[in-house]
Amino acid sequence: MADTAEAQTSELAYGRTEWDDYHHLPTNTGLTNEKVTMWAFLGSDCLLFGALISTYLLCRNRVGPATKGPTAADLFDIPFTSVSSFVLLMSSLTMVLAVTSIQRAEMERCKLWLLTTASLGSIFIAGQVYEFTGFYREGLGYTTNISSSAFYTLTGFHGVHVSLGIVMLVTMWVLVTRGILGPERAETIEIIGLYWHFVDIVWIVIFAVVYLIP
Amino acid sequence: MNTATVSEEEGHEEHHDHGLSDIGYIKVAVLLAILTAVEVATYFFDFGVVEIPSLLILMAVKFQIVVSYFMHLKFDSKVFTYLFLTGLILAMLVFAAMGTSMVFWQNPSGCDASAFC
Repeated sequence: MADTAEAQTSELAYGRTEWDDYHHLPTNTGLTNEKVTMWAFLGSDCLLFGALISTYLLCRNRVGPATKGPTAADLFDIPFTSVSSFVLLMSSLTMVLAVTSIQRAEMERCKLWLLTTASLGSIFIAGQVYEFTGFYREGLGYTTNISSSAFYTLTGFHGVHVSLGIVMLVTMWVLVTRGILGPERAETIEIIGLYWHFVDIVWIVIFAVVYLIP
Repeated sequence: MNTATVSEEEGHEEHHDHGLSDIGYIKVAVLLAILTAVEVATYFFDFGVVEIPSLLILMAVKFQIVVSYFMHLKFDSKVFTYLFLTGLILAMLVFAAMGTSMVFWQNPSGCDASAFC
């Protein structure tokens, strides 16, 4: 009886609610539905980026019979993109530190790492906007040639993924700050982290295959 | 020992069972940074015939490290690995199918489909 009372106190200390009772029902696999769904989504997203990367590789050096203009590869600024890649890579570190912080109930640290990750993501997006602006000034628009269309579609889709990730990170920061998201829901941050790391691994492939391989 | 302390210790144990320590993650990030630096070096220095293979290997290693450690696939359920691998293999098949149809096959006139690009 005393144990039951203590268990209830423990749960209340974490702010457990009916929401948790509903959303943490046991599953046959022992895995939460949210996490399985995120991994299934990431698997399907591999297909999207697989198709976009394939399209770019097939069209990278082709400007078409009736169109002219430079290809994206002619205008790459590798040192600049390398810095952007490094920034995104380090954001994966700050993301994983946010996850471990909330698992240890270190909420202030978690907030700091979430905000740092969102900031690094924003720096990456700012770099992409700067890069695209430079390309456009050099005469490489979205419809300039097939190569440019494939390039902007691929990197643009990745940029949209990063932007959505930033929105999710800021939302998580707000929820943690308001005390809505506590250590008992650390998996929510972990799932957002999975999405963020996926965005990072997609860029690892894009950086090598699109930018570095001649 | 109050409730908060008990929970914090449990959190520590769970953390160590399912991943690395913070220092461990920092070491992984340093390794990734070094691999990226090597990748970028291929742009500034001529690596000859090994350039493209080494870039592909470095890319695969970085990919593997992030997925295994940062995404916890090394420590998590194999179900997640299978889900992700399914998507990854299908993506590679998409690439193979596109490459096969647009590059390797040619139409009877001798003009390949890539002429559209």
